[in-house]
Amino acid sequence: MTGVGLGATMIPNMPAFGKIISVEESLTPVDVALKKKMADVALNAAKSKGATYADVRIGRYLNQVVATRETRVENISNSESYGLGVRVIANGSWGFAATNNLDNASIAKAAEAAVAIAKGNSKLMEEPVQLAPQKGYGEVSWKTPIEINAFEVPIKDKVDLLLKVNSEAMKGGAKYINSNLFMINEQKYFASTDGSYIDQDIHRIWPTFTLTKTDSASGKFETRNALSAPMGMGFEYLNPKDSEKIKGGPVTMYKKRYDILEDVREAAVHVDEKLKAKPIAPGKYDLVLDPSHLFLTIHESVGHPTELDRVLGYEANYAGTSFLTLDKWESKKFNFGSKEVNILADKTETGSLGAVGYDDEGVKCGNWDIIKDGILVNYQTIRDQAHILGLKASQGCCYADSWDSIQFQRMPNVSLAPGNAALSAADMVKNVEKGIYMFGRNSYSIDQQRYNFQFSAQLAYEIKEGKIVGMFKDAAYQANTQEFWNSCVQRCDKNDYRLGGTFSDGKGQPGQASAVSHGSATTRFNGVNVINTGRRLG
Amino acid sequence: MPILTQEQAKALLTKTLSYSKAEQCEINLSGADSGNIRYARNSVSTSGGTSTNSLVVTSAFGKKSGTATINEFDDASLEKVVRRSEELAKLAPENPEFMPFLGPQKYGPESPTFSESTAKMGAKERADAVQASLEQAKANKLTAAGFLSNSAGISALMNSKGLFAYNKYTNVAFNITVKTEDGKGSGYATKGYNDFTKLNAEAATAIAAKKALSSVAARAVEPGKYTVILEPTAVAVMLENLFFDMDARRADEGRSSMSKPGGKTKMGEQLLDERVNIYSDPWHPELPTAVWSGDGRPQEKVNWIEKGIVKNLYASRYWAQKTGIKSIPTPGGAIMQGGTKSLEELIKGTEKGILVTRLWYIRPVDPQTLLLTGLTRDGTFYIENGEIKFPVKNFRFNESPIIMLNNLEELGKSERTVSAESNINYILPPLKIRDFTFTSLSDAI
Repeated sequence: MTGVGLGATMIPNMPAFGKIISVEESLTPVDVALKKKMADVALNAAKSKGATYADVRIGRYLNQVVATRETRVENISNSESYGLGVRVIANGSWGFAATNNLDNASIAKAAEAAVAIAKGNSKLMEEPVQLAPQKGYGEVSWKTPIEINAFEVPIKDKVDLLLKVNSEAMKGGAKYINSNLFMINEQKYFASTDGSYIDQDIHRIWPTFTLTKTDSASGKFETRNALSAPMGMGFEYLNPKDSEKIKGGPVTMYKKRYDILEDVREAAVHVDEKLKAKPIAPGKYDLVLDPSHLFLTIHESVGHPTELDRVLGYEANYAGTSFLTLDKWESKKFNFGSKEVNILADKTETGSLGAVGYDDEGVKCGNWDIIKDGILVNYQTIRDQAHILGLKASQGCCYADSWDSIQFQRMPNVSLAPGNAALSAADMVKNVEKGIYMFGRNSYSIDQQRYNFQFSAQLAYEIKEGKIVGMFKDAAYQANTQEFWNSCVQRCDKNDYRLGGTFSDGKGQPGQASAVSHGSATTRFNGVNVINTGRRLG
Repeated sequence: MPILTQEQAKALLTKTLSYSKAEQCEINLSGADSGNIRYARNSVSTSGGTSTNSLVVTSAFGKKSGTATINEFDDASLEKVVRRSEELAKLAPENPEFMPFLGPQKYGPESPTFSESTAKMGAKERADAVQASLEQAKANKLTAAGFLSNSAGISALMNSKGLFAYNKYTNVAFNITVKTEDGKGSGYATKGYNDFTKLNAEAATAIAAKKALSSVAARAVEPGKYTVILEPTAVAVMLENLFFDMDARRADEGRSSMSKPGGKTKMGEQLLDERVNIYSDPWHPELPTAVWSGDGRPQEKVNWIEKGIVKNLYASRYWAQKTGIKSIPTPGGAIMQGGTKSLEELIKGTEKGILVTRLWYIRPVDPQTLLLTGLTRDGTFYIENGEIKFPVKNFRFNESPIIMLNNLEELGKSERTVSAESNINYILPPLKIRDFTFTSLSDAI
């Protein structure tokens, strides 16, 4: 992309997509009857040109961002992207086209273009597409269960909250503070030749900050990011509630209500500790991983390798393939992890980013086991791959990040079940002789088949003989996925269970972003290799 | 709709600007026609095309500014978007860092960023290229997965201070991973051009196929410090992290690898080996880029690193004015001066070392030292006495491009390459580096 250049990601005031609209406009949804009419135009045009299957997605994607630093607002953007994408099977091959001109002629033209592309590509196919059967649901709808629509909260309230966050940070001695609030509303309509007309209204929110302190004499600087999670919730996530906090450890932890002011005050103290932290001695440590950290390790080392399209080689050129090959699943005894490891795929958990009623090819969502008592038992799949696993139906993992992107297999929420025995994080720490207690995501990297990974944390506390004695710096753990999950020895109970997640899981060419959550309770892994990442320049 | 000519863009922008009632108004217009085809398991998986146009209007009253965007171009929509940006500007808090828009600028001659052959590409040309690639893979009993995309687009800028700028460009990108049937060998190639006729998908597939076949039965070699030869695409993903960090403000604020104790920056310091010369040049014949930046500043030839010394940092107009440094925008690409040796000659001159085709999943570990971690992928080989001896298992590395460019042994001949992480094109040489730090082994193929 030479036309774009190195600074493309830094252009201010440039909305990520779509046109800027007023708040009032964003609150008025498009009439369902009109959407059904447009969908039928596309489906009929596709069928008349020879499509044996067609689906259409009419998407209105609203995106609001409030970005501040120190005492000023850097950017407020309220944008909309609205259009229609049609996907067809013709001559056994997929074709796709999209348009944002929503008159009947343009919609029909897009459907015809999709059929033409499908027919043109059919000569480059080894075998025809096989779709798992899917019954039509008729006219149905689904909505994220939110209490407060974030798009209805006045911008001024959001700006005031973030500037208060910044002011608390500066009071705590921060040199720099960036705070941001991201809100997403996907108003999605799906229809297919199977007879489904599905209207969905999906909400997500993510408040976050980065607090920085510098020591100009030494030239050192340290940061701490927010320990919030992006959630499938409304603005109620930002209304603190004591019953949703876990206190008593070195860090206050948040469940489904987040106290951003409290977190930033703690962050200011943590950065002082980070600036004075002692370098870690490399070696084996027992790791106690908080859900705010562990979610990303689950995402990379369990979520991605169990995506069936990766296993089959569809992502070989970019995201990569998977070490969890079909023979390991077929054996029914591949020891992915210890008996403690029970991993559930889920598209329904309240508050999670992956929760929807139906996926982007009209399949009703549910949940299923991926790892059962340490054994690989299933993958994540969509309609054109279900037959490979001998499944009679898709698992509902299809998603496209926009009306003009082609839907494909994306990760559902993939979560580690909490332990059955009553155990708090504070009690877990008491039994650790030599360990590290990690919070928050930091650096993360994993190979293209998901064997070898390296992770670091926002905060890494030293545990010595059952007590937290200080903070380490430059600590990163490196492990092999199977060895790591086999070193999982203990999980806290469901009272400690929390969601972490990301708005921007990247996959595909051209790249698409997807939002996904991963839940767990605090979990212990024994004898993991930890390296020191400190270096000196010059 | 087809991409707009300079005259059409000027007429559209002039009309839009005529609706403005703000103290200042600036309009960015961009549009592109693009298409792609993706394949895996020796079959096409997805393909599609998009045509997008967008108009971004920024209006300002004093230090209050508002931005609105639209993708409809009838008169009513054009007026609506201008009004909306004005409403947003009036509602916005005052931005103390707001800079008045630039007046007319002097740009250098047009850069050859546009190629008619790429602009004419359609689904058929893409399918034909993919067919040639697939036939090559199938003939060798290999499995190919690849991606070919092309785009033709324009960007234009006009403001109420009399500034007008226009650029049209084309891009074509091709990358391919080829695996042996048993999955034990994997090879990769990537190519990027402005001109589609320069792309030889079959030849790129042949390179990936050769690497796949010769990487079967890789042996495990102990991790540690090794002399490595990094091919240009591996160099790209390391060095771009250095380029991304050359922002003056972050350096001045004491929070980048360009900061140093005492609140100073590394400008003027010997940061790297004295053979390291990195510059940007919008008129480079192999990597032409736009002669103006998104905010209207001229793009010129800039020396970023000269003989290993930091010569320039880029800065926003606000930061440049505040600190009194030269106002240089982020460049459209970067070029590292190479030597005269081919990759083969570098290998020939190496007693013991590792040849790295590609580095993958690069993430920053420590922003102060620019320490990065990631892994080798799709073709890693052991070199002994000037010859490739055998394939080796992939490694995880922990290394900083700053440390790496101080451990420089030799530079090969520069060529245009693409970062597999950012998709940005560069001109970079293969590099021979001593003491490159591999910290563990990976079983990934």
